[in-house]
Amino acid sequence: MATLEIHDLHVSVEAENGAREILKGVDLTVKQGETHAIMGPNGSGKSTLAYSLAGHPKYTITSGTVTLDGEDVLEMSVDERARAGVFLAMQYPVEVPGVSVSNFLRTSATAIRGEAPKLRTWVKEVKSAMEQLQMDPAFAERNVNEGFSGGEKKRHEILQLELLKPKIAILDETDSGLDVDALRQVSEGVNRVRATGEVGTLLITHYTRILRYIKPDFVHVFSEGRIAESGGAELADKLEAEGYESYSTKGGATA
Amino acid sequence: MAEAQNIPAGSTTAGAIAVAAESTVATRMSAPPSFDVADFPVPHGREEEWRFTPLARLKGLHDGTAVADGTMKAQIDAPEGVTVESVERGDERIGKAGTPVDRVAAQAFSSFAKATVITVPKETVLGEPIRVALHGEGGTTFGHTVFDVKPFAEAIIVIDHTGDGVRAANVDILVGDGAKVTFVSVQDWDDTAVHTSQHNALVGRDASFKSVVVTFGGDLVRLHPRVTYAGPGGEAEMLGVYFTDAGQHQEHRLLVTHDAPHCKSNVVYKGALQGQDAHAVWIGDVLIEKSAEGTDTYEMNRNLVLTDGARVDSVPNLEIETGEIVGAGHASATGRFDDEQLFYLQARGIPADEARRLVVRGFFAELVQQIGVDDIEERLISKIEAELQGSV
Ligand SMILES: Nc1ncnc2c1ncn2[C@@H]1O[C@H](COP(=O)(O)OP(=O)(O)OP(=O)(O)O)[C@@H](O)[C@H]1O
Ligand SMILES: [Mg+2]
Repeated sequence: MATLEIHDLHVSVEAENGAREILKGVDLTVKQGETHAIMGPNGSGKSTLAYSLAGHPKYTITSGTVTLDGEDVLEMSVDERARAGVFLAMQYPVEVPGVSVSNFLRTSATAIRGEAPKLRTWVKEVKSAMEQLQMDPAFAERNVNEGFSGGEKKRHEILQLELLKPKIAILDETDSGLDVDALRQVSEGVNRVRATGEVGTLLITHYTRILRYIKPDFVHVFSEGRIAESGGAELADKLEAEGYESYSTKGGATA
Repeated sequence: MAEAQNIPAGSTTAGAIAVAAESTVATRMSAPPSFDVADFPVPHGREEEWRFTPLARLKGLHDGTAVADGTMKAQIDAPEGVTVESVERGDERIGKAGTPVDRVAAQAFSSFAKATVITVPKETVLGEPIRVALHGEGGTTFGHTVFDVKPFAEAIIVIDHTGDGVRAANVDILVGDGAKVTFVSVQDWDDTAVHTSQHNALVGRDASFKSVVVTFGGDLVRLHPRVTYAGPGGEAEMLGVYFTDAGQHQEHRLLVTHDAPHCKSNVVYKGALQGQDAHAVWIGDVLIEKSAEGTDTYEMNRNLVLTDGARVDSVPNLEIETGEIVGAGHASATGRFDDEQLFYLQARGIPADEARRLVVRGFFAELVQQIGVDDIEERLISKIEAELQGSV
């Protein structure tokens, strides 16, 4: 069973006045089949965690370990991590000029699966996945994320999630910027993947809204670069009622 | 409309549509077209038509100091029915398609020894391309070539430039009434070569002309692909692909003059740049004269900047002197392939070098398919791959 283990992770970024530590010791274990919601205020370091796991070059790991089934993830290049089964649905998906969605998806699936998918079944697979996400087939011929609306970008991320079938899916604010219909469709996409039981999900969100559609097994409150509290789904209700205030002021203002 | 996104530092993408009584295309030049080099002042670099060009790297082509001391090996493969002549200056076919528009083109005209005239007879449909292979073996050479494609003939012409040297030339393409011509000019020079050339196409009544310009090599390449129409109903398609590497200056200055009614033009140039001081310049002028009712024109230039340190200047310019047109538009965009895009593709399992290839191949694919000359398409793709290999 695939397991992602994050232990005492410290991460900093290069800021104007030198390195700035953003993650200050994150401990988290995500197993295949589990869904962990990570909730926290703006700027608490949620995206930093997501990007660090995916290997974005902007973030420097200063200490700690991340392993996937015992393999050292931090040693891997970005594409190696993806091929090992780590998937990041980005908060702000990137536009890639000159590359059509269909070409991109196929190249990606070929890389992840280790061989080119059979054309006939592949075309069907993509088509039905797009249909389920209510994506116009015309998107296949557009350039990756170019001119997509916020919601279209998020559907496109979840389309990739469905096609690439990772072991660990990190969803960074997939819910933000979505209207209610889009939120439901995107959530259904995530739930289809979860239903296979083969993915461990790290659902990063600012709002509890998406948790009505995607039921987490665990909820973690992220604050000032670490997990401040962990609990079950009921913790989300507490956050819904009380907000993050009690966390961000804990231990005095450090920001 | 000119759109600009994520423009690399120092680059420009300006654009204008002018509805003017007086042509700014003409007034932008420091002297009117002429066959005599003495009619052009020596440029200083601030002139509109020279402001992007590093004059010091022209090896004296612009100031009269360049002398014809070089060797250009020429091999011409002409299919049956095609005639190849070497003619003296004064032959009435020379210069019929157009007049030099800048000092360097006039220098080439004033300095060539003999011109080559290649004729495709009336109604002859060639099964094979006419191939002119020019291989520079150092030094400066001047040239003038005329392709005279007679009415209702069909021909593909490929001029292929390789090797090293300083080359200034004019190429005339006379496209007879109802004729169909694809003219390909490949600049696959060594990285030290200097090449300037003016391509003048005169498109006959109901004729169709396709120009394909492929520029990879050279230290400095500056080309003027130009089209005018000899009668109504002509169609011109001008395609260009360039791949500008570190230190290279590649400049394409196009002009389509719609001076006859019911003609079409479609211009698509795409370039990729990589490396320090790679500089691409694209000037796309389309002039629709008062007489050119029913004109339909579109021009586009797109640039993909792959690394820091490269610079693009892209200036589409459309001038319309008649309201009676079918359509007229232009677009220019310069985007960059940056670390975030690389990260995104890698985060989907795609290795870095493949990601770069994917982006560049995708960027050029549609245009390459429009070339319609198989070996050129294949060579272009493998050339692009090789350029990318060099960068990783
Ligand atoms: N390059 C940088 N230089 C300085 N600070 C940075 C840099 N990148 C990120 N940060 C800071 O790191 C902190 C965490 O950012 P991060 O994007 O991880 O937060 P987040 O929890 O995802 O917030 P949001 O809910 O707004 O998405 C923020 O205070 C941010 O300003
Ligand atoms: Mg974030």
